Amino acid sequence: MLDKDRLTHHISKQFNSELEDIRNRVLTMGGLVEHQVGEAMAALSSADQEKAEIVIRDDFKVNALEVEIDEECNRVLARRQPTASDLRLIVAVIKTITDLERIGDEAEKIARMTLKDVKLDKKHNFQIRHFGEYVQKMVHDALDAFARMDVPQAVATAKADADADNQYDSLMRELITYMMEDPRSISQILNLLWAARALERIGDHARNICEYVIYLVEGKDVRHITLEQIEQAVMQD
Amino acid sequence: MVDDTNTTPPAHAIDFSSIREKAPRMSLENEKITMETKNIDLYYGGKQALKGINMQIPHNRVSAFIGPSGCGKSTLLRCFNRMNDLVDNVRIDGQIMLDGVDIYAKGTNLTDLRRNVGMVFQKPNPFPKTIFENVAYGLRLKGIKRRSILNEAVEWSLKQAALWDEVKDRLDDMATGLSGGQQQRLVIARAIAIEPEVLLLDEPASALDPISTLKIEELIYELKKDYTIIIVTHNMQQAARVSDYTAFMYMGELIEFGDTDTIFTNPNNKMTEDYITGRYG
Repeated sequence: MLDKDRLTHHISKQFNSELEDIRNRVLTMGGLVEHQVGEAMAALSSADQEKAEIVIRDDFKVNALEVEIDEECNRVLARRQPTASDLRLIVAVIKTITDLERIGDEAEKIARMTLKDVKLDKKHNFQIRHFGEYVQKMVHDALDAFARMDVPQAVATAKADADADNQYDSLMRELITYMMEDPRSISQILNLLWAARALERIGDHARNICEYVIYLVEGKDVRHITLEQIEQAVMQD
Repeated sequence: MVDDTNTTPPAHAIDFSSIREKAPRMSLENEKITMETKNIDLYYGGKQALKGINMQIPHNRVSAFIGPSGCGKSTLLRCFNRMNDLVDNVRIDGQIMLDGVDIYAKGTNLTDLRRNVGMVFQKPNPFPKTIFENVAYGLRLKGIKRRSILNEAVEWSLKQAALWDEVKDRLDDMATGLSGGQQQRLVIARAIAIEPEVLLLDEPASALDPISTLKIEELIYELKKDYTIIIVTHNMQQAARVSDYTAFMYMGELIEFGDTDTIFTNPNNKMTEDYITGRYG
């Protein structure tokens, strides 16, 4: 079991500060990505094209951070030969930032939908906003679990993804009905559907991050297994 | 992934303030140079052990020499304070500059040179004296007798060598009673007591256990604030951990010398790559 306070107890102070720096930068990147998702959703629901442009433009920053953190991890792997929890931290970080970068891409996709002049009626606006808030909270909680190395929270957030998938399914069913009733609305509603799809993917990425947190802290690989199995694996100790 | 080639805005439109500046890679071009070898050839009898070595040792940095046994790295290290002069049948051509002065020039005072360029060997070699006297030894040679000055210098040196807390209550015990790792730090304290400019370390941790090794490495990292350090090591990973610059030597030649990040992530020379990845054969 890894305790976050033990992360920086190496004899080499330099190694401590390198690991601490990597961790902080992941959290910075996470904060930026979270902000991007929030802004993309705000732009979509208020049809604010200017805001959408800013989100699209700022995806560049997310990408730059990914490259930078990746490089720093490579450096640490080559120079420090990290082992045990240090190795798991580096591996977890390399994977986490890939998912964060993809969340950034999904936020950019949502912003692009806004540019296509999507006009949402009140009901749809409410639904997609609600779904957006739910997924945004998942991202927030996943990053929080990473920051605090909090396994119970990681498990809870991973579980929330099933609910996100359900929300997406029911939204999709409803939108299909709309399209059948009013074929003129198809192009509009398709755009909305793409945005919902992006949110669903963001939920998946948040779940992935939670799985890396469990790997980091417990040393157990919980990818590609059911939620019940994850809970069992975590409860074993 | 989204193709963002069309959307990348002009540079002035991007707010980089939230993204930290990338630390620039180290580069010899930006360093002050303390020592420099010019075309060093060294022969043991008829056998040439160093071939035309040209390199610059940067000021207050750690430079590591790596390479297979017999590649000449220890021989080169010994050239920096003329330790090879003690070997029979050795011939050295070329120059080694210390702060712009050739240490191989006629009339060089070897005692002064070795005071300026201190050396620590593989096996800790404390003198069979007390801990205090070991560190004070070089100062006494310099003619310092005042007890208060000696006390101060011994404490300062032991603190710098990260040994003070472990030995402050038993300075009058024999140094030979210390553990291997402590002895090696004591020897380093003895070397820095006379305030050299350059420290040569020849496999300083190879006789120590892993934790003592890490302590020595951390000490090296701390010491580079005040000293220019050159370290020879068989342990590549150690070079990766402690050094700012790494030189790879092979069969008496300097194959590659560059910043350690580059050497260990993307070396320029294929031989270096083969050696550090264990493909050397």
